[in-house]
Amino acid sequence: MRLLITNCHIIDPSQDMDALCDILIEDRQIKEIHEHKTKGKAQKNNSEQKTSAREQEIIDAKGMLVLPGLVDMHVHLREPGFEYKETIRTGTEAAVHGGITSVCCMPNTNPVNDTPGITEFIIRKTIQEGSCSVFPIGAITKGQKGEELAELGMMHDAGCIAFSDDGRPVMDSLLMRRALEYSRIRKMLIISHAEDLALAEGGVMNEGLLSITMGLKGIPAQAEEIMIARDIALAELTGGRLHIAHVSTAGSVELLRTARKRGIAEITAETCPHYFSITEEAVSGYNGNAKVNPPLRTRKDVEAIRQGLHDGTIDVIATDHAPHHKDEKSAEFDNAPSGISGLETSIGLSMRLVDDAVLTLKELVGKMACTPARILGLSDTKGTLRPGADADLVILNTKKEYTVAASDFRSKGKNTPFEGWTLKARPAVTIARGRIYTWE
Amino acid sequence: MNLRSKDLISIKDLSAEEIGHILETAAGFKDVLGRDIKKVPALRGKTTVNLFYEPSTRTRTSFEVAAKRLSTDVINIATSTSSVVKGETLLDTAKTVLALGADIVVIRHKCSGTPHFLARNIDASVVNAGDGTNEHPTQALLDLFTMKEFKGGIQGLDVAIVGDILHSRVAKSNIYALTKLGAKVRLIGPPTFIPDCLKDLGVDIYTDMNAGLEGVDVIMMLRIQLERQGKGFFPSTHEYFRNWGLTAARVGRAKKDAIIMHPGPMNRGIEIASEVADSSRSVILDQVTNGIAVRMAVLYLVSGVRG
Repeated sequence: MRLLITNCHIIDPSQDMDALCDILIEDRQIKEIHEHKTKGKAQKNNSEQKTSAREQEIIDAKGMLVLPGLVDMHVHLREPGFEYKETIRTGTEAAVHGGITSVCCMPNTNPVNDTPGITEFIIRKTIQEGSCSVFPIGAITKGQKGEELAELGMMHDAGCIAFSDDGRPVMDSLLMRRALEYSRIRKMLIISHAEDLALAEGGVMNEGLLSITMGLKGIPAQAEEIMIARDIALAELTGGRLHIAHVSTAGSVELLRTARKRGIAEITAETCPHYFSITEEAVSGYNGNAKVNPPLRTRKDVEAIRQGLHDGTIDVIATDHAPHHKDEKSAEFDNAPSGISGLETSIGLSMRLVDDAVLTLKELVGKMACTPARILGLSDTKGTLRPGADADLVILNTKKEYTVAASDFRSKGKNTPFEGWTLKARPAVTIARGRIYTWE
Repeated sequence: MNLRSKDLISIKDLSAEEIGHILETAAGFKDVLGRDIKKVPALRGKTTVNLFYEPSTRTRTSFEVAAKRLSTDVINIATSTSSVVKGETLLDTAKTVLALGADIVVIRHKCSGTPHFLARNIDASVVNAGDGTNEHPTQALLDLFTMKEFKGGIQGLDVAIVGDILHSRVAKSNIYALTKLGAKVRLIGPPTFIPDCLKDLGVDIYTDMNAGLEGVDVIMMLRIQLERQGKGFFPSTHEYFRNWGLTAARVGRAKKDAIIMHPGPMNRGIEIASEVADSSRSVILDQVTNGIAVRMAVLYLVSGVRG
């Protein structure tokens, strides 16, 4: 199959590119990129002339932005075990609907992805039913129980791209130390869900006056910060590669900033669109769709997260896509599960950072595609439009406003606190390993 | 005057005028309770469902008596005997209750926000009989009614609330109601029970009981939940009583005509000395009686909104 995309306004920080181009895709890879010599006018270039005789599809991307397919490091696909919440099929459909062409899926399935067999199941299922690339994340500890190490090496060989007990921390500091040490056998990435379980016990929202006056048990910011401080110290001790998931507080940003200044090991960090878009006020009225862990924080935290994105302290924007069934979310607030269905609002919410001058467009694409690909060791094939890379890209309409409606989601999870929001950026076409998904 | 909402969920949602109107209506019903025939036909033909997900004797009974005095039919549903133990969701239970023809649902639940959820999802009037650690609005209303009865008004009163404010829905509803009506509120207890940020509600915080009680008009004691002891909120009931137990000597710090309140049930010897609980200053049993009049007013007024 050959596909020519003309009049692409490419934003690709991996090759420092912000230019008008044509892209030729062949055999599920980026074949050629031709920069237009004359502004705004499609060039009759060699490749087009050469191939015009052959069967070839053409997409005109005039007026649209063309980005490398987004790479989401933090997604819950729920399969195996929780197929009523999401499946690999629906989760990857949701991903491409949101312009995301690579997802890393967290291991808190049932059974937990803590053995090569489960990893292989996810990979096989993705080949059969997936709309985009899926990179499984294995559990750090068996059953995510935090008691003994899972078979990290064998899972890595089976295709796990990183390791995390996400949803739970590894509370035992010695075990976390061992994980970070042992992970060096293959330079494996350890992703930390930073939460002191004792301090957070029973908590369902951010701790503060609002939690008290709503009668809900709060989780203090310190429950996250204590564990980030610990994990930074352990990374320093061990030389392991540490990535901090879903950073939500001002104090966490400051800890990471200080660690970076001291040049400690290799530590990276992500945040999620909800942590830079909304505050704890969103849970007012006991809105279960705004219940998420870590919880939505205060205005001050949102500002600090934005500053952390701006100054480079936070490397990555991931969704922590956590789909849940409607019946579960419409229970009592205390009993509703935590999580936001985020794949399909991520780019729209993140583009607001460009409007607010927090990030340049290039920086945004860096945090949503190039940098996660680099952290995951995928930068040859993912998060870039360089010739030879996988044909993963998103053609983004940034001109037309639209209203978020969960009923439009491809995800089974309709649990979003952004229902009714007006956003600007939405994928018109997503191409995932050469497969074309068109919505406009 | 009508209430603005079909439901009574939260003191936070009420205006000072609405609170005043409920208290005036309750005064009328209190007269009824003093008569030979203690019943009025105001809500005849209506059905009230008491949906109690938490064990409760006094509040449930109080609502039941109030509903019967207004001539509504009363159905009591307690979790131990209902489908809830079979795993039915709250929404399904509520819809079922509605299908049975309930006009008013009185709900108590251990999860905060449950009455709000219910009110959004059903047409019947929802009355909050205590939700988690959030609010217990009818308790605050009966407390205000009692203060008004003994002190003539609320404006300008100095009210001390002593104990586990953090987990007390009674304290929270009282704080909102008292500050709305112009009383000055002091919270007294250990910092584990009184987070500093509560100051933002316009109250004063004391860890020293003696200082906190100085010159107050009303002392409102809260029930200490004994299971908090094991969680490090306070080291022992012995130490708690030493620091924050209400003794006769401490009552002496308050104004000479100060009244002593407690929402019950009391832990005698833990938060309050027996001699104080049984003293002439204690209005604890008046609170119980007034609870019926106030709940009659609430049931009557929310029905009026729905028509």
